[in-house]
Amino acid sequence: MDFLDFAFMQRALLAAVLVGITAPAIGIYLVQRRQALMGDGIGHVAMTGVGLGFLLSASPVWMATLTSVLGAVLMELIRWYGRTRGDIALAMLFYGGMAGGVMFINLAPGGSNANLTSYLFGSLSTVSQSDVTAICLLAGFVVLVTLGLRRQLFAVSQDEEFARVTGLPVRALNLLTAVTAAVTVTVAMRVVGLLLVSALMVVPVAAAQQLSRSFAATFAIAVAIGVSVTIGGTVTSYYQDVPPGATIVLLTIATFMALTALAAPLARRRARAAASGQPAGDPAECAIPATREATDKVGV
Amino acid sequence: MGVGALGDPGIEPVIAMRGVRADLGSRPVLRGIDLTVAHGEVVALLGANGSGKSTAIRTLIGQVPVSAGEIALFGTERRRFRDWARVGYVPQRTTAAGGVPATVTEIVSSGRLSRARFGVLRKADHAAVRRALELVGMADRAKDSVNALSGGQHQRVLIARALAAEPELLIMDEPMAGVDLASQEVLAQTLREQVAAGTTVLLVLHELGPLEPLIDRAVVLRDGCVLHDGPPPRAVGQHALPGHDHVHPHEHTPVRTGLLS
Repeated sequence: MDFLDFAFMQRALLAAVLVGITAPAIGIYLVQRRQALMGDGIGHVAMTGVGLGFLLSASPVWMATLTSVLGAVLMELIRWYGRTRGDIALAMLFYGGMAGGVMFINLAPGGSNANLTSYLFGSLSTVSQSDVTAICLLAGFVVLVTLGLRRQLFAVSQDEEFARVTGLPVRALNLLTAVTAAVTVTVAMRVVGLLLVSALMVVPVAAAQQLSRSFAATFAIAVAIGVSVTIGGTVTSYYQDVPPGATIVLLTIATFMALTALAAPLARRRARAAASGQPAGDPAECAIPATREATDKVGV
Repeated sequence: MGVGALGDPGIEPVIAMRGVRADLGSRPVLRGIDLTVAHGEVVALLGANGSGKSTAIRTLIGQVPVSAGEIALFGTERRRFRDWARVGYVPQRTTAAGGVPATVTEIVSSGRLSRARFGVLRKADHAAVRRALELVGMADRAKDSVNALSGGQHQRVLIARALAAEPELLIMDEPMAGVDLASQEVLAQTLREQVAAGTTVLLVLHELGPLEPLIDRAVVLRDGCVLHDGPPPRAVGQHALPGHDHVHPHEHTPVRTGLLS
């Protein structure tokens, strides 16, 4: 445990744990509403913020938060109003965001794409004290929203039309989901990087689904997986000198594959138990009658 | 009850739509619909695919914007209506599942949000969820994942979710679509109990089927206009209207080719 002696590793681990909690916590709602790749889109938009941060000598983390929140709100508005060519508008937003980032960082004094790399793929060793403060504050917001409003967000993500008839402020909750996802992207930016953040939002949830039957269990397992892989990846990258973001993402995918392999026999056993619980006279297989019965009443 | 309940003067109608128009894109889907549902009435909205049945229901709940006309729920203009706990809604779905596993109880509990919007779930809420599950005969599956259910059971879960709020008005969009016979019977029985308790019901149906004895009035739409508003069409003119031949639900199976509906 000698890595704990270094201040940069303490900061890195704290940031990693917070990412491990927040990314799956908001990711589960994105997966539930089948917008699993939204995090990826926000990540692209956040690059403009990083570039602006360098250009204006402001904190890249806070600037990225600002632009990704604006981008997420814009995406939500496109989803409401731009029914016809919404996908094209989103594509322009994503790639405009990426191009803006590259442009701004090259305009910044002494800036080059090399500065961008640590934001694209994560760079734990350069996480500063002020980054950690920002990450803590933002992660607190994400946890507050995803846990505090879990029943409301569950209902809206499960069935938006039904949620509207319960009188919930559906649009406000959709916007809040988008903003929370954007904030999570910037929380994860320093650890896994903007291009890999979506993996941590989606894959732990997909892995947890292999074991769970309920939303609550999926949530808990996904967060547990998230924290395990971010800590595991950070420590591995310290000892093996490999990039932390890539290590974390590969570990997450390995976890998914391991749980899927484990879950197959579990699902079979569950199916058998369900089948044995079925009432007699409801056979599992079809028996095709030789002749048409009178009760079929099939008339031509 | 029946058509006579319509004219009851003292009480506001539960649903009042007057001259409602709605467009999807540039295409008019509703072209001036009048529909009134009185307290305790059971009204079926019938019509072919694309006649505007579902759109009519979705303007009622505010999912589809209205381009002209007036809608009132319980005597309040729909835009100002806030008392959503009085309304139970069953959207047209073939599944209750989302992108993440959820148990039957978790889904049905969403129905209580109209009563405990941002508060915590109390004992009364849990009891109401349990009751709703019992009403649709799904209490024994409460802890199961909805992914493990059949099509008919999905529909029962969606109806339990609407009943969990203990609504006075039930709005259902094709609750019998893709439902096996056993579940159809359970749903008809559930609805019978609700109607007996005084619940008002507006449902979109493709065919009257096992619900026919419950229905006081049928409104038939064609091309966004009301074609018929009155007693349910009881086997008139062979294939003229949906819901003919109601004796054996089996009989409808060969009709579901889409050629006749």
